Amino acid sequence: MLSRTPLYSAHLKMAARMVDFGGWEMPLHYGSQIAEHHSVRRQCAMFDVSHMTIIDIKGEGASSYLGYLLANDTNKLAASRQALYSVMLNEEGGVIDDLMAYIIDDGFRLVLNSATRARDLEWMRAKASAFDVLIEERADLAMIAIQGPEAVTKVQTIVAEETGLLLGQLPRFSAMVIGDHHYARTGYTGEDGLEIMLPAQDAQTLWWQLHDAGVSPAGLGARDTLRLEAGLNLYGHEMDEHTSPLEANLAWTIAWQPEDRDFIGRRAVTAVRKQGVASKLVGVLMTERGVLRAQQKIYCAETEVSGVLTSGSFSPTLGYSIGLARMPVIAGDAGEVEIRGKRKPVRLLAPRFVRNGKALFD
Amino acid sequence: MVETPGELSVETPSELKYVDTHEWIREEGGGVISIGITDYAQDSLGDVVYVELPEVGDQLEAGDEAGAVESVKAASDIYAPVSGEVVAFNEALEDAPEIINEFPYGDGWFFKMKMTDPAELDKLLSAEEYISSTEDDD
Repeated sequence: MLSRTPLYSAHLKMAARMVDFGGWEMPLHYGSQIAEHHSVRRQCAMFDVSHMTIIDIKGEGASSYLGYLLANDTNKLAASRQALYSVMLNEEGGVIDDLMAYIIDDGFRLVLNSATRARDLEWMRAKASAFDVLIEERADLAMIAIQGPEAVTKVQTIVAEETGLLLGQLPRFSAMVIGDHHYARTGYTGEDGLEIMLPAQDAQTLWWQLHDAGVSPAGLGARDTLRLEAGLNLYGHEMDEHTSPLEANLAWTIAWQPEDRDFIGRRAVTAVRKQGVASKLVGVLMTERGVLRAQQKIYCAETEVSGVLTSGSFSPTLGYSIGLARMPVIAGDAGEVEIRGKRKPVRLLAPRFVRNGKALFD
Repeated sequence: MVETPGELSVETPSELKYVDTHEWIREEGGGVISIGITDYAQDSLGDVVYVELPEVGDQLEAGDEAGAVESVKAASDIYAPVSGEVVAFNEALEDAPEIINEFPYGDGWFFKMKMTDPAELDKLLSAEEYISSTEDDD
């Protein structure tokens, strides 16, 4: 039996094509994945992301526990309402999961991937024994992401005036709690927008209010092409428990200071840092006809190295295919991809393609 | 991701022949057939963004790979339903592959073949047989 979010019946009413996504019955699209993608880049759209794992960390030891558990430093959050992106490493410096951390009234809130839920919880509980903390999974919460240049103004039309004003002033990558609603100006699309965590029983009301305000739904298909255009990693593709964050463009998420903060994986990741990485994650552009897919191989004739695509798809914004690939650091900026036995030229570049509706390269 | 059975409202015209790899076949007369992918196939693939078609003059055996169709979501091979020579391909699909989603049985045709042995048509599936093969998929 697949898990269903509180918005399941709304998806059926909206004629979604439902798929099994890591044990959750989720909308892939509501007719056209490409049209939904364009809605986010040009106006806005809403996603049901209630399958994500929400975990609250409370108690006297919450701060020191997270200082041990996460590679980024939640102490950076103490003085602000900022959101923090972090990886959770194993002792070998591999990525157990990536997550968002927020401050809430009486502790911290983490939002983790759904596919890794059981393993994450097991790991987090196993590492908590030395700390005075309460690890509370919030399965009672739903989460709706409204993403796109018009996202905030659309939400302002349906919330209380006071809340709307505060949302307008909420800086990008920050969050606030109003009553039992948690508003974060974050997302996974490369656009402005909000992620709203709220009691499950209120999710339908918010969803249909947004619908009545003219916000169309978007499925997991568009979510994937949007994150790929934005150059954002997907757990299980660009990183896993055998990948160093330093080889997944995530060096920026590791808080090396203060030096005496002993987080799990610090020793291993410090060793990789000193030694230097062998591979890097690059963006791949293919203007030839065809579609890049994960697992296809990339060959660089000049430097005589090869690598493999970790993600690939069609970019609706650019009109051709893009991907992310793990390549030896010496790879260079040109290569060939092999698709069904044929080689086609590709460009290798920094892994960010589109932000705020615009191409990021020449 | 695995599809979960949903409500299907796809069309499967009874005047066409089919193969269980989701191609349809229409007899055009003079031993020529046109080939495309079914409504069920385009619906499962979602937005089609690219097609790879055979070239005029290609000699294909029944079951040979003849091309590929790619949606945002997935790639799928196209097979020759019978043996013969490719006599035409649909150039319009190169610039507007989305036609396949809109008109899978009309403007969304892929290529045409001159059959080596028209008796091979008898081995193909009827609409009814094809529909029950897709039900087995679910």
